[in-house]
Amino acid sequence: MPTVSVGRDRLFAALGRSYTQEEFEKLCFDFGIELDDVTTEKAIIRKEKHLDDAEADEDEEVIYKIEVPANRYDLLCLEGLVQALRIFVGLDEIPKYTVVDIPTKSMIKMHVKPETSSVRPFVVCAVLRGITFDEARYNSFIDLQDKLHQNICRRRSLVAIGTHDLDTIKGPFTYEALPPTEINFVPLKQVKSFRADELMEFYKSDMKLKKFLHIIENSPVYPVIYDKNRTVLSLPPIINGAHSAITLNTKNVFVECTATDLTKAKIVLNTMVTMFSIYCERKFEVVPVEVVYSNGKTSVHPDLSLSKMEVSLAYITGSIGVELEANEVTSLLSKMQLHAKQADSSDGLCRISVSVPPTRSDVLHACDVMEDVSIAYGFNKIPKTKPTSMTQGRQQPLNQFTDLIRLEIAMAGFTEVLTWILCSYNENFSMLNRKDDFKTAVIIANPRSSDFEAVRTSLMPGILKTVGHNKDHARPIKIFEAGDVVVLDDAKDVGAVNRRHLAALYCSSKSGFEVIHSLVDRIMEVVGTPFIPVDANTGIGDDTGYHIRQSNEPEFFPGRQASIIFKGKHIGNFGMVHPEVLAKFDISDPCSYLELNLESLQ
Amino acid sequence: MEAGHLHPLLKVWEMFRRIFLEMGFEEMPTSNFVESSFWNSNALFQPQQHRARDSHDIFFLKVPSTTRQLPEDHVERVKRVHESGGYGSQGYGYDWKRVEADKNLLCSHTTAVSSRKITIFFFRRQTFFSHLCLLKGKQNWCSVRWCHSSVSIICFFILPHCQSICVEITFSPKRYFSIDHVFQNEAGDRTHLAEFHQIEVLVCDRGFKLGDLIGVLSDFFARLRKKLLQVSECQSYNSNLRTIRTQSLAWKFSVIMRGFKKWLDVGNSGVFSPEMLLPMRLPEDASVIAWGLSLERPTMILYGIDNIRDLFGPKVDLGLIKTKPICRLGIQ
Repeated sequence: MPTVSVGRDRLFAALGRSYTQEEFEKLCFDFGIELDDVTTEKAIIRKEKHLDDAEADEDEEVIYKIEVPANRYDLLCLEGLVQALRIFVGLDEIPKYTVVDIPTKSMIKMHVKPETSSVRPFVVCAVLRGITFDEARYNSFIDLQDKLHQNICRRRSLVAIGTHDLDTIKGPFTYEALPPTEINFVPLKQVKSFRADELMEFYKSDMKLKKFLHIIENSPVYPVIYDKNRTVLSLPPIINGAHSAITLNTKNVFVECTATDLTKAKIVLNTMVTMFSIYCERKFEVVPVEVVYSNGKTSVHPDLSLSKMEVSLAYITGSIGVELEANEVTSLLSKMQLHAKQADSSDGLCRISVSVPPTRSDVLHACDVMEDVSIAYGFNKIPKTKPTSMTQGRQQPLNQFTDLIRLEIAMAGFTEVLTWILCSYNENFSMLNRKDDFKTAVIIANPRSSDFEAVRTSLMPGILKTVGHNKDHARPIKIFEAGDVVVLDDAKDVGAVNRRHLAALYCSSKSGFEVIHSLVDRIMEVVGTPFIPVDANTGIGDDTGYHIRQSNEPEFFPGRQASIIFKGKHIGNFGMVHPEVLAKFDISDPCSYLELNLESLQ
Repeated sequence: MEAGHLHPLLKVWEMFRRIFLEMGFEEMPTSNFVESSFWNSNALFQPQQHRARDSHDIFFLKVPSTTRQLPEDHVERVKRVHESGGYGSQGYGYDWKRVEADKNLLCSHTTAVSSRKITIFFFRRQTFFSHLCLLKGKQNWCSVRWCHSSVSIICFFILPHCQSICVEITFSPKRYFSIDHVFQNEAGDRTHLAEFHQIEVLVCDRGFKLGDLIGVLSDFFARLRKKLLQVSECQSYNSNLRTIRTQSLAWKFSVIMRGFKKWLDVGNSGVFSPEMLLPMRLPEDASVIAWGLSLERPTMILYGIDNIRDLFGPKVDLGLIKTKPICRLGIQ
């Protein structure tokens, strides 16, 4: 969830009054945002450098960090926050954004070359005319681009914003895609000219920009924007040219957004121009740019029209659970920056006609309108009601069964542990003397550390790690766990399935094989299954009871291990853990271990 | 003395389960750690480029890397609602990619289970009737028509030489809960791990109001009051969850825990969005309200544990498990 940092004093000046921290917290709360932290610039730096707070200065500017909903791109800068809050408290009207009405032929043009389609196919542009920057506004302008790049632009992969001093460049512009060796320009903050491929190499050591290189690095052509005189405006999504850089004195700003997602490019452009058109000579007015594609298709941007929807009053009030008249709903909506009026009705149903301004791209459905009404009304004022329908409580049979077994094992004197589902690849295989047959285990593609490489196929690694970590605990250690493992299964839609396992371990100066063996017998006793030995003549077991059979599993000591055959089915093993395995888990005392599939006992 | 012991986290787990069972909730089957992106996010109307889908947050799988099968008609409806909207929504306006939906992952929230559950609930009924129809005669001899109204799903069977039969499948209200593992690909700290337990609760009914959600939540918190909470009321405010749009309306709720003086955010709640529910073919006036919180947080507060690794995982001291008291949560 994005956090926006704004200077408290500037914020209060723009809001037209000052608030105590409690008052401001309440305002945020009511509007559905959150004052996350109160700090100062220097405190942030001190924190980064791990310095002591004692050096705090009295007169440092206080910074409010405000958490905003991730889909409200209009709240990502001071300008938008102030506007939203001023409208919310009733100080301002909802602004009406306009696109200057100029004939298409005299519009600034952006020509798109077909080669761009292979790397970054879309571009949309607009011009802010007669803007007045000061240092704070300028910084906010840069910050908003950063915030948008981080959020909706998905680290510039979907959309990248370039802003330019229009008076230093000349249209018509072209959006092209060229081999890197053919692009040469002086990038922002540099003095010498770079060839694009050299520039990419150069930025590999740039902490900020190196994260974006991968977006175009492997493309044979790089996207680039030129003006009429072949001055490079930008090499999106990496860097702008130094030539057209905006300064505090810039009067006319050319904004271009290149993208792989056109819808998001339009939202980003709209956010940039609506937020900063407040500083234009003609407030809230934006100059359009025509984008001309090579196939002759053209489009004019930005589109600042209102999108309309009709929402029935009964839907709004019924969904919230409060009685509201149409005029109350419309005034609540206007607090949330949605133009609303009661629609003409021919069928007797009362509908609210809502016009969504370009700043509110988050409004997609009538339910969003309903949500805004409920926020403006106040969540905590909504009367509490109880759903009246009857339902019955019911448990998952497997959980119910597992619970009963857990209690029985605990009653047998074992202590329950709870270990992780994820483990390292080696813990699941080689450390248990097992080989991966590539048909059993779910393997993670992007583990952050070796702790999360595989999903356990048995409870053994977790149990052994627990013993390894409890070196000082008095012996004997008697622990158990009932939990899920995951195994590959072609019959399932996702290709893998959970299995509920039960494991128990005994560790002491003696292996305690007989303790674990009696636990097996006890479990069978509690599930009511008798021990029926294998028929000596036929070698075939009875399928009404259980018996054990010598086994040869690598994690157990040879000759001191057995399989449990339950009603004719192999459901698990127990035995003395192999000393090699114990050594790998750093356990010096002998252990006996049991693991079985609980689902088969149900 | 020598005794057996249950794990503290599971003692709390058990008491939460009992609370839900007493409140008439049915436990959902959550034994599905491997999930497809489709169910984990796409079906919840979460856009494919959403930041919650980053590999920074999700464990994607090398094996099995993709799902074998998805409900194709549901996939088609989900694709449409993402790309161009429908059901009264404008949609997100982007190219929805099947290959993204097919990618397997470890479930990052138990809402994936809920979405399957809600869908299965209806599909099971539909399948039942198509079987019925097979019994009555060969399927190609009869025609079956599904008719979705706001009240119910109506199924017509028209059999040869036979009167048409009309069966109405009415929507019945449900309350579900689950408490199980979820996985998030993060480095972790004293209070976070890459895997933890999520308590997920949902109530499906028709004609639900927000007031009902607040009412159910208050009932739930009232049961935690004596042991866990200072006040039985929760304070709520809307928040970012809606961006995932699983919830058309969402708010965080905070409570005052025992021993704390301030409001603590403990979970999220909300109403599932129509763009999620209608492609699942729920009746139009049916709504699903849901809330969720982690199991570790209340457990750590109840047992005074300040590092999650002391509670859950292989580094837990067995002495701690043996000495923690019983959990009295929910005893009124």
